[in-house]
Amino acid sequence: MADVRATKRALAPSRGSRPWTFYLLASLFTCYVIALYGPMICIYILSFQDVRGGLVFPMKGLSLHWFIDLFTQVRTGDVKGSFDRSIKLAILVTVITVVVSFMAAMAFRRRFPGDNIVFALMIGSLVAPGLVLGIGVGLLFNAIGIDTSPYGSALGAQLSWTLPFGVLVMFAVMSRFNPAWEEAAYDLGASAWQTIWLVFIPVLAPGLVAVALFGFTLSYDEFARTLQTAGPQNTLPLEIWSMTLNVTSPSLYALGTVTTIISFVIIGAALGTIVLIQKRRGARAT
Amino acid sequence: MAVLRGDIELAGLTKSYDGVHTVVQGINLKIPDGAYCCFLGPSGCGKTTILRMIAGHEDPTDGEIVIGGENVVGLPPVARGTAMMFQSYALFPHLSVRDNIAFALRIRGLSKEDRYRQTDAMIEKVRLTELADRLPAQLSGGQQQRVALARAAITQPRVLLLDEPLSALDEQLRVRMRVELQSMQRDLGITFIHVTHSQLEAIALADMVVVMDRGEIKQAGPARDVYATPRDRYVAEFLGGQNVFSGKVDAVKDDLVSFAAPQMQHIAVPVGASRVGKGDTMDVAVRRDDVELVRPGVELTADKSWLSSRVLAVEYQGNFVKVMLDATGSDEFVAYIPERVFFRDPYTIGDVVQATWPSHLARLLAKTTALTA
Repeated sequence: MADVRATKRALAPSRGSRPWTFYLLASLFTCYVIALYGPMICIYILSFQDVRGGLVFPMKGLSLHWFIDLFTQVRTGDVKGSFDRSIKLAILVTVITVVVSFMAAMAFRRRFPGDNIVFALMIGSLVAPGLVLGIGVGLLFNAIGIDTSPYGSALGAQLSWTLPFGVLVMFAVMSRFNPAWEEAAYDLGASAWQTIWLVFIPVLAPGLVAVALFGFTLSYDEFARTLQTAGPQNTLPLEIWSMTLNVTSPSLYALGTVTTIISFVIIGAALGTIVLIQKRRGARAT
Repeated sequence: MAVLRGDIELAGLTKSYDGVHTVVQGINLKIPDGAYCCFLGPSGCGKTTILRMIAGHEDPTDGEIVIGGENVVGLPPVARGTAMMFQSYALFPHLSVRDNIAFALRIRGLSKEDRYRQTDAMIEKVRLTELADRLPAQLSGGQQQRVALARAAITQPRVLLLDEPLSALDEQLRVRMRVELQSMQRDLGITFIHVTHSQLEAIALADMVVVMDRGEIKQAGPARDVYATPRDRYVAEFLGGQNVFSGKVDAVKDDLVSFAAPQMQHIAVPVGASRVGKGDTMDVAVRRDDVELVRPGVELTADKSWLSSRVLAVEYQGNFVKVMLDATGSDEFVAYIPERVFFRDPYTIGDVVQATWPSHLARLLAKTTALTA
């Protein structure tokens, strides 16, 4: 531990000798952070106005009025229902993405005839413009005669977006899996299932959580592909979009604040899980 | 289960990955129960493939693998009674030392108490008790090796297969772990098959050394036999410690072979078991530590062979001095002179010397062909 600190000290630049470029780059980075978070922070601040509040600065009063308004007023639309649908859809997408990405990565550990073609087909839908792809999915469901719905056509359209991402992340994760671990498990008598359960999944767990996080967040705020495929019932991003068209009160901002908080909670939970897994492994060392 | 014997017989063992090139070419070999056997050869000679076929990680294209009288081809490793120690140990990174070693018992469905009781006994045996809760990444190379050994040994195999077990370690540790492997093998009393490209490792450890080249066995036997009486030029050069040179046979008289080349006229080599005729080109091996150096003009007795040469380089090795000579043209010719002897009358680069050895200690080598057992 002591020598780690010593190394850090040795690597850290001594104070007072920073070159002018440090200050230049630091202010550049500050501008970047402001540009990145400034607009969002405006929305969050404006959502805490009282009854007199409008859509622009200056801020009028300070209350939770628009949050209450958001969940009680019918005129703002079906916020609760769309939120509910979005979460359920995101969970469904997450589960399917994790399972399929894991299986794809398992399959691609070895080369097989046509593997390049299969890979290209999997990744191809990333290139297609989301809106067009969404319209296509909608049309296809129409042609087959199935009504578009959040858990049917929208699920399919979203998977065309989350699966390629999940697979790419999983490939990167799998590339660090030593094939000798699998052989060692076989050598010690493990069946294929036992090897997956006792070796692959625990070793790859942090990667699987990362893929889950990807799947969830990509689905939770997916708009383009969902627009033409969700059917008569809105998901949350669609609801927000329609609110921007006809709601002219800060409850729109309140919705933005609420969804952001939820996103942060989910990302925090996922990262927390990864840290916890690694902590637990490290803790046994002491 | 009855007492399982760990004797191994390979019969016509062949492996080809593409149907065109064979990596292992019809190997025949018997390894006695409880032997420490080393497969020695350069990378790509097929030694690891043989090990993996014995382990059950690779299926032979043809031939049989018989362990304890039973053909095991097609059986999974556990049914064969083999266990493998992988080259970089392949310890499960997410499991503690204890859980790594207990893995096989967990697979067998033993309760946590049962498997930890057995595991802790094994952990004590490999002296890892204090580290039982550590993860593999927090162990040194030598400690990792002991975990790998314990993890393989807990399955109570009759054959333990070790794939380059010491190659991941630094030089000093390698020598220490070598001793540990040997004592572990004596402790367990089972057959060890150890694959290596280091002849030092092989002759230090093995009861039986199998020298391989391009999918074939060149020579198999006790370490001392292989080192002191190599069959052909390949084995002699791979194991080292020998000067090998070739010459055209001039005559065979009184069981001694003489050579035509003018610089080899003072050399006589016993015929031994070889069949030699005038005009054959033969390889001759002379142990480097059998060679003595004398100044020109010193009278030599009739039972000695000698070559006239010049000193190319001198390397001090501690207990001996390595003197490189230009005696035999393109072939390297080296004399290992005991340190005290050398410094009584040291040679320097460029000195003309006579390299001499008792004629009966030189050996004719077989023509380079595969060994067919």
